[in-house]
Amino acid sequence: MKRLLLALSLALPLLASAQQLTVSAAASLTDAFKEIGPRFEASKPGATVRFNFAASGVLLQQIVQGAPVDVFASADQETMNRGAEQKLIAADTRRDFASNTLVLVTPPGSPVKAMRDLSLADVKRVAIGKVASVPVGRYTQQALESVQLWAPLQPKLVFADNVRQVLDYVSRGEAEAGFVYRTDAELAKGKVVIAMTVGGHPPVTYPAAVVADSRQAVLARDFVTFLGSSEAQAILAKYDFGKP
Amino acid sequence: MPADLWSQFDAAPLTLTLRVAAVATLLALLLGVALGWVFARTRLPGRGLLEAVCMLPLVLPPTVLGYGILVLMGRRSALGGWLREHFDYTVIFNWHGAVIASTLVALPLVLKGASSAFSQVDRNLEAAARTLRQSRWSTFVRVTLPLAWPGILAGTLLAFARAMGEFGASLMVAGSIPGQTQTASMAIYDAVQAGRDDLALMLALIVSAVSVAILVLSNRFLQRSSP
Repeated sequence: MKRLLLALSLALPLLASAQQLTVSAAASLTDAFKEIGPRFEASKPGATVRFNFAASGVLLQQIVQGAPVDVFASADQETMNRGAEQKLIAADTRRDFASNTLVLVTPPGSPVKAMRDLSLADVKRVAIGKVASVPVGRYTQQALESVQLWAPLQPKLVFADNVRQVLDYVSRGEAEAGFVYRTDAELAKGKVVIAMTVGGHPPVTYPAAVVADSRQAVLARDFVTFLGSSEAQAILAKYDFGKP
Repeated sequence: MPADLWSQFDAAPLTLTLRVAAVATLLALLLGVALGWVFARTRLPGRGLLEAVCMLPLVLPPTVLGYGILVLMGRRSALGGWLREHFDYTVIFNWHGAVIASTLVALPLVLKGASSAFSQVDRNLEAAARTLRQSRWSTFVRVTLPLAWPGILAGTLLAFARAMGEFGASLMVAGSIPGQTQTASMAIYDAVQAGRDDLALMLALIVSAVSVAILVLSNRFLQRSSP
């Protein structure tokens, strides 16, 4: 009898996970999605959502390696395009649900007010996302290239694993400046200040799609649709995300 | 190996790894032998606690170690601020930061090897040397150290292998700056993240081969030290 109970208690989590949805989302979505998750669960009794936050490129690699993911939300179109090319996502489920802005941040009291100030001798380190795997790093490269600063700034660049690490480097004062999204900068108000809004890159839009191998395709599709609902959009707006 | 992979191959992470591991092992060796002798031979008050603290990096998550170094030596810390102000020096985003992290994780291995080697040395031989008018220092250098040497060397080789593999704390402190602070373990991590499995595999094979060689050597010395 005891053994049977033990076997049952071990099997219970498996049964419960029948309605579990795994969402891999860009690091910049962390706070907004943590608030959206419970709202979605409330709208779908029996469903639970778990999140996996990292740089979009890293998340895509996990999906390539066969990670059991149901929904993928990327911080750029390029990463999602790569997923579509490799047939890793169900292309017909893809939709944009938010937008963002690239900003230059510094610790408070910094002399850096514009991009050209990054060339100042006092600026020793500039934090950006890793170009190969972090969308904000790619946007930053394009922005710096558009003002011919990419090559001269190379010796100062420090590459971070995701946008939140860039923010951490700047808020600890270890880097004199960094490029993050406006939504991240707003979360660290007081520790960092926004020097300027940065242009010279494609618009920052967030697509979400159901992963092709998802075993919860219906629920996953519901989650992607839910991101466009007024309830989810209100939460995203609260965190300063723009409309798609 | 495809030709294009070879032409893209960057040896900088490997040479930096060897440099970091070599400096860290040397520091760990000096500290480890001194502390190992203290722990094996003296009755220093609070010895047990001090030894536990020195052994801590062996069991602590690397993130705790990295965070600790950031807090103690970061720009906002007293020491880090002072170094920056007076010498314009910082260990953050600097390969020296990786050396500090690697030294801390390598120290327990040298320390354990050295303290057990010192406690196995026959005290009668040291006493004999002293009766032959050798000074304490001379006895240590000419009798104790040569007898304890195989055990110390085995620990040191393990420490070198461990220092080569340091990742978490180094990443947090020194960052992963290609050509400056990116060690082999970080280059592998970046390659995997970017989907460059070919590059990751190649680096992983090289690092594994070097580590196996070191472990084989270390085992030989261990066998010699405990017949």
